[in-house]
Amino acid sequence: MIRVDDLTVRYGPSTVLHNVGFAVAQGESFALVGESGSGKSTILKALSGQVDDWSGQMTVGGQPVTRSRSRAQAAQVQMVFQDPYGSLHPRRTVDDALSEPLAIHGLPDRDARVLAMLDAVGLARRFRFRLPHQLSGGQRQRVAIARALMLSPKVLLLDEPTSALDVSVQAEILNLLKRLRAEQGLTFLLVTHDLPVVSFLCDRLAVLRAGRVVETADVAALRGRALTSDYGRELLARSEGMA
Amino acid sequence: MTLLSVQDLRVSFPRPSGGRVEVVRGLSFDLGRERLGIVGESGSGKSMTGRALMGLIAPPGRVTAQRMQFDGIDLTTLSEKDYRALRGARMSMVLQDPKFSLNPVIRIGDQIAEALEFHTSLSAAARRAKVRDALEAVRIDDPDRVARLFPHEVSGGMGQRVMIAMMVVLEPDLMIADEPTSALDVSVREQVLSIMDDLVRRRGMGLMLISHDLNMVARWCDRILVMFNGEVVEEIGPGALHAATHPYTRGLIASLPRLDEDRSELPVLDRAALARVGQEARP
Repeated sequence: MIRVDDLTVRYGPSTVLHNVGFAVAQGESFALVGESGSGKSTILKALSGQVDDWSGQMTVGGQPVTRSRSRAQAAQVQMVFQDPYGSLHPRRTVDDALSEPLAIHGLPDRDARVLAMLDAVGLARRFRFRLPHQLSGGQRQRVAIARALMLSPKVLLLDEPTSALDVSVQAEILNLLKRLRAEQGLTFLLVTHDLPVVSFLCDRLAVLRAGRVVETADVAALRGRALTSDYGRELLARSEGMA
Repeated sequence: MTLLSVQDLRVSFPRPSGGRVEVVRGLSFDLGRERLGIVGESGSGKSMTGRALMGLIAPPGRVTAQRMQFDGIDLTTLSEKDYRALRGARMSMVLQDPKFSLNPVIRIGDQIAEALEFHTSLSAAARRAKVRDALEAVRIDDPDRVARLFPHEVSGGMGQRVMIAMMVVLEPDLMIADEPTSALDVSVREQVLSIMDDLVRRRGMGLMLISHDLNMVARWCDRILVMFNGEVVEEIGPGALHAATHPYTRGLIASLPRLDEDRSELPVLDRAALARVGQEARP
């Protein structure tokens, strides 16, 4: 579903990704793990067409990612960000946020689609005309996920979707993501620094360091603490140290 | 030796509809020269507890307590002027995010020196030496260079260490750290915690570590108070996290994903049931 080969990204004089390559199958959930500055979020940006200076090949659903994207391509790949406070317009209601993608893409039955989506992400219908500041962090993240799903995408790019949430709310959102993926056959590309979240939500992972993929592994290797690269083992040790 | 003794601390704010809402409800604890962790989720009242102790809750917020003593000083009747003499010098607070807590247009060295200027009569040269010592104490390798930088010129981890340097430059007896590592990368977290730990051991400070991260607090603190809805629901001794008995604490532990995760769904807190437990427990 997603294929990245030899991807190199430059920001001015500095190269932030060096010949990165990985592939994600249809319906698979794939994690990119690493510290800040390792380039994991840049990969998501590149895949969603937000990076200008890149070289290499990227395809999503068999179609090459190009510098300008058609509406159909944009609808296929949607993104959920870390901070639900920052990613919703403070003066637009939940209904506005969810209707806007439908309006842009000229889709009919907006009313029914918005209501169906609220049900799907477990938000009560009475929240439909609330503003973001009237919602809790977990509810806001549900809205962000709902907005990403409005166009029935095939791929969700998730950038630290639960890092800003309380642990009990994190559990709710992780359960929601897992359920939606099963129901809608979504492909996930998840960026996180939290290894236990990868164990829960993903099938495979790539470990990034300083813009390079140092290891690609099955999640079983993570659960069994059997990552083979030095850096992968270091991340494991640190994660256990914190636990 | 008891450094801080708190009995029945309450913090309340007015409701728009009239009446008051209590965000901290009858908190009591004693703190010696040890590491005390306060754990809870958003809205549990943990940060308000820290602010109340520092005298930082402004009207219309209201703080009451039967006893709130710091090293024999009664904090409940302390004037703002006397509080100012205490704050920074004998008790200090480290906040979550260096990006928002440091002044962006003042050089790091000058920001650290400000507390010295306010609380001591040291010469400029002596202040500079103290600033260098403080930066060295938080393991910054070239303190003279860093002192001349502005906050945006350092990384998040270094910014947080600068904040800690600022807090320890006057060698306070009590440090309240409110989510000191939440804005940092995992790799830097360990470093910042070990610096604080080191300061507690070497200088005999009391540390109150406020965090939402149960596992981290369990690893770093001698004792943990678990807060829910403004109350302490459980006190946990060292290494006894897995023996926690309160349904809220147990719920929190269970809802964390594990590295060897094999559950297909994570258990979720039953907030309604917890609220009922809370109400029944209250007279």
